[in-house]
Amino acid sequence: MKHNELAVTLAGPKHTLSLKNPVTTASGTFGYGVEFAPYGDLTSLGAIVVKGTSLKPRHGNPCPRIAETPCGMLNSIGLQNDGLDVFRTQKLPALPWKDVPVIVNMYATSVEEFGILAAELNKLEGVAAIEVNISCPNVKEGGAAFGADPVQAAAVTKAVRDNAPDKFVIIKLSPNVTSIAGIARSVEEAGADCISCINTLIGMAVDLRTRKSRLANVIGGLSGPCVKPVALRCVWQVVNAVSIPVIGIGGICTAEDVFEFILVGATAVQIGTASFMRPDAAFHIVEELPAVMEKYGIKSLDDIRGMLSLG
Amino acid sequence: MVPTTNSCELSVLDLVPFGLADPVHRYFALRLTPPEWPSWKPGQFLMLRPESFGQELPWGRPLGICLIRPQHLICFFQVAGRGTERMARLRPRDKVRVWGPLGNGFAVEPDTPTLLLAGGMGIVPFIGYVAEHPKAWNVSMLFGHRDPLECYPVDSINEHIPVDTLRESVPGDLDNFIFTLQERIKEYAAQKGLILACGPTPFLKTVQGFAREYGARVQLSLENKMACGVGGCLGCVVKTTDTYHDPSHRNAPVQCCTQGPVFWADQVRL
Repeated sequence: MKHNELAVTLAGPKHTLSLKNPVTTASGTFGYGVEFAPYGDLTSLGAIVVKGTSLKPRHGNPCPRIAETPCGMLNSIGLQNDGLDVFRTQKLPALPWKDVPVIVNMYATSVEEFGILAAELNKLEGVAAIEVNISCPNVKEGGAAFGADPVQAAAVTKAVRDNAPDKFVIIKLSPNVTSIAGIARSVEEAGADCISCINTLIGMAVDLRTRKSRLANVIGGLSGPCVKPVALRCVWQVVNAVSIPVIGIGGICTAEDVFEFILVGATAVQIGTASFMRPDAAFHIVEELPAVMEKYGIKSLDDIRGMLSLG
Repeated sequence: MVPTTNSCELSVLDLVPFGLADPVHRYFALRLTPPEWPSWKPGQFLMLRPESFGQELPWGRPLGICLIRPQHLICFFQVAGRGTERMARLRPRDKVRVWGPLGNGFAVEPDTPTLLLAGGMGIVPFIGYVAEHPKAWNVSMLFGHRDPLECYPVDSINEHIPVDTLRESVPGDLDNFIFTLQERIKEYAAQKGLILACGPTPFLKTVQGFAREYGARVQLSLENKMACGVGGCLGCVVKTTDTYHDPSHRNAPVQCCTQGPVFWADQVRL
């Protein structure tokens, strides 16, 4: 078998997750995966991260709940999802989970509920990893509150870790905090296998003509190419603060962007808003990786990971 | 990677100002090289993103498919914002990313008397509908519009079927249009006809109200704001009613892009 020079290993303190390449999808931008199957081979991706799943279905926020902004977009979807039962019985069986790791993004409104949901996901063979959303800016209860407080963040991490002993646990961090490094250290100590960052930045857009916010929820989460500099900064700070692997997220549109995140220390990345710019974005980026490695003289991913020159 | 024809790069053949080529009425017909889609249905749409959007405008723009023929794909648009402003500068041979065909399309019942209700640019998908309908003599149209008739591709429809047009230029015109809508919907409800409506939301709400009043069989094509067009972003959702065909999504938000854009009027809340 040919050596796969793109393979990456996310080695956490309890579990390890192996990916055939560092390109995965960001929760909330890739549906339940099957929506994007007409646009590429799902098994060519490093992993699929599906829509944030809660115990019960959620209807989300009123419309309008998306707005295009320069080099980005705002959303206030509010975690609309079909709930755990539909995920387990309909969505997961439709995914090629034997050939590509499926990572379930999960959301709950209390530490206890995070634990209950984690225990349910722990039972599902097709789930390779759990990504814990402690950073949603769009829901009233909990959401960002868990991600902004190191004590709460640790409590959620521990609840998921204890209740999902068989799964690789990723904690997704918010950039809307004073010290992302402090939160990162806190969830590492609480037993996270891995950190992903960043979730969206809280933002706003208004319409002078109607004198209204362009989102019914008034404020929402900013994503897209415009947040990439913030994301790179956050990943770099988190990588320097912890020893667990980090998945970089934020405005990645090209294979070059992928290597920029790896250069600051990310082990893998997630493609988010770019999947709206073209539905085959993630597949396309995977295809472009070898040519970009060639172009920049990158022999292997280990060659460049965290090798940012500060001289 | 599995080769896919659903997302492809097409070239602009030409972009022609439609009707009055003046700075106020900015309507355009856009012709592209044809995609290799195995099939499409009138009422379906595509997402179009010119290369020139760069990173500044992340979203593609949803456009109703007007016609696809071996030599070209035709769309129409009106300049309404930053995206369509850039689209108005497209030139022959420019590259555009296109994904589709998206959504479900309109019902076709060849032997049923069928009334098309179009408001403004809502006329576009009906061009393909009439061209593809096996018994077009069973189809007629009522078209309401604000700008001069020359701005809209109405000729490509009235060469096949009778079209009544009503323009809103002074306030009383709207009352007249609404009255005509009511009369036509009542008439088609009585003969168990099929009514299809496409246009701005206030227009669709009016149609929906009369559909309810007269128990007419009406489909509405919604034009909700959307980012991806493929069911991923959940930005374009519409709330269903308790008569929605899928019991598991009654009284719940569903994606306009993948579950619509065409819905039975009694199954959604506008």
